[in-house]
Amino acid sequence: MSTTTKIDLATSASAGPEKARPRRSLRANATLNFWLFTGPFLIGLVIFVFVPMGWSIYLSFFEARFTVSPSTFIGFDNYRAILDNPDFTGSLVTFTVFAAFIVPTTWGLSLGLALLVNRLRFMKAFFRSVFFLPTAVSYVAAALIWKMSIFNGVRFGMANTIVGWFGVDNVAWLANPDPPWYWLVIVTLRLWLQAGFYMILFLAALQNIPAELYEAAAIDGAKPGWQTFWYITLPQLRATSTAVILLLLIAAYQAFDEFWNLLSRATWGQPPLVELYKTALGESQDYGQGSAGAVILTLLILVITLFQGKIMGFGRGEESK
Amino acid sequence: MTTTAPEVRKTPGKKRGGKVIGNTGLYVATGIAALLFLIPFYLIIRNALMTDPEITGENWKWFPTDIQWGNFTEPFNDDTVDFGRALWNSWVVAILHTTGILLICSLAGYGLARIPYKHANKIFYMVLVTLMIPTAVTFVPSFVLVSSLGWVDTYRGLIIPALFSGFTCFLFRQYFLGFPKELEEAARVDGLSYWGAYWRVVVPNSLNFFAAMATITFISGWNSFLWPLVIGQDPSSWTIQVALSSYMTNQTVNYHLIFMATAISILPLLFVFLFLQRWLVQGIAQTGIKG
Repeated sequence: MSTTTKIDLATSASAGPEKARPRRSLRANATLNFWLFTGPFLIGLVIFVFVPMGWSIYLSFFEARFTVSPSTFIGFDNYRAILDNPDFTGSLVTFTVFAAFIVPTTWGLSLGLALLVNRLRFMKAFFRSVFFLPTAVSYVAAALIWKMSIFNGVRFGMANTIVGWFGVDNVAWLANPDPPWYWLVIVTLRLWLQAGFYMILFLAALQNIPAELYEAAAIDGAKPGWQTFWYITLPQLRATSTAVILLLLIAAYQAFDEFWNLLSRATWGQPPLVELYKTALGESQDYGQGSAGAVILTLLILVITLFQGKIMGFGRGEESK
Repeated sequence: MTTTAPEVRKTPGKKRGGKVIGNTGLYVATGIAALLFLIPFYLIIRNALMTDPEITGENWKWFPTDIQWGNFTEPFNDDTVDFGRALWNSWVVAILHTTGILLICSLAGYGLARIPYKHANKIFYMVLVTLMIPTAVTFVPSFVLVSSLGWVDTYRGLIIPALFSGFTCFLFRQYFLGFPKELEEAARVDGLSYWGAYWRVVVPNSLNFFAAMATITFISGWNSFLWPLVIGQDPSSWTIQVALSSYMTNQTVNYHLIFMATAISILPLLFVFLFLQRWLVQGIAQTGIKG
């Protein structure tokens, strides 16, 4: 270390003629600094991200119940077992249904809110804050409000009070899978929490649409409103829309908090992460099967991400920067 | 502030002469949506300041007859859940989580963006790979690791494994790529090392971005549930989210107490959020999350 600094000083003094040496010393200095800056992060990343991942792949091939240092190699038996488990495969169905509901509704609502807020002339900041505010609330707190106050299955729940005004009997929103009203509870909760965040993304994108486009369209006789929205706004928002859909999908895939709290004692509506939790950290403590499940889920999400990434050109954006 | 300036200029040009009716419709629609969005907040406050008989009564009441300010202390005197402890744990975890992530990830992001090193690209791809694998899916192996380190039920276990966020590092790198080079070069010419230039020039000129990242990180740290649930086996190490969750499965339900606890858990966040919202919005728009 001390040598590099000495060389550094020497070169800055002698400047011009020696070109090879100073550059090498500068590079050594940079390399050292690179590790000084990134070292702590990279060491942590290896220990707390890569090691668990590797360990998990290792465990998934072993009989590992109540232990994390197993000895019986069982090949793909854990994978077979978890794929034969109707709870696990059912959780993938739950995710699919959930995504089919939540992705289009959040996309539509956040875009709609962005369009509304973007057109406001006064109190714009106020309304933006109102829609953005739920982002600060946790899924647990929201689940508590939804379960205990809005969609409480008894008379004094807000939703039942409102349907009661129209002479409808109490609905057991969460306690009964047939009809599956629990989807209404789950989807509205996530909509409330997420829409504001994606609205901000759409607002930023809306402001980046050049005003000339609208002016040109007006000259060409396009009516402001539906026509300009369909032929200018929507195409201009394509990149943002794709990104938003990808983010929504990944978020839906990782859903845990609200399902866990809303449907804690139910046998229905259990998403992948909840099943994983039950397998690995529940009563059976089957780390082998849980790890196999984690590997399967990771592969699935990689496929989704890469597929989506291909469409939205994630790699290209990276290079242009 | 800077974000609102261009929008204001843009719209009026076209809509200046706009119809009064169109505008009224716009504000009515926005107003209704806003009211719907505020209902959950209203319900928290309503229930937190009512008595249980009022909440569970035959007829719906919009406002408490007598505001029960006394409810405020009830979660702290509750025998079933140590709410005070959970609140304290959450403050400790969220603050250390935020400080740690900002320190570690900003340094790494700067190194990756600005310090020339021949393998920097390979290392950056290694970070990108972790972005593709959501940490939530790896909670099983992470728990296995943390429990074999003996960190279950400790602050270490709650905080340290979550510090190495590939995403935050990625955002910092993107930000520093756009940081004006001239400022740093001037500092280097003045004889500052990378380290010195970073702390004396780069960080002081990036406080807006740091504020945005701090807000996002604090909120996610305060609100995280899955990891604290996994690590907090013993009630003494519960965070506030785990405590709130336990209320929902308790045998006896004290509505006013539960909602007061929820209100207390949300309040600090709303303040942080409202004060730092400007930087937050800027940060989100700036970091290229938009794709």
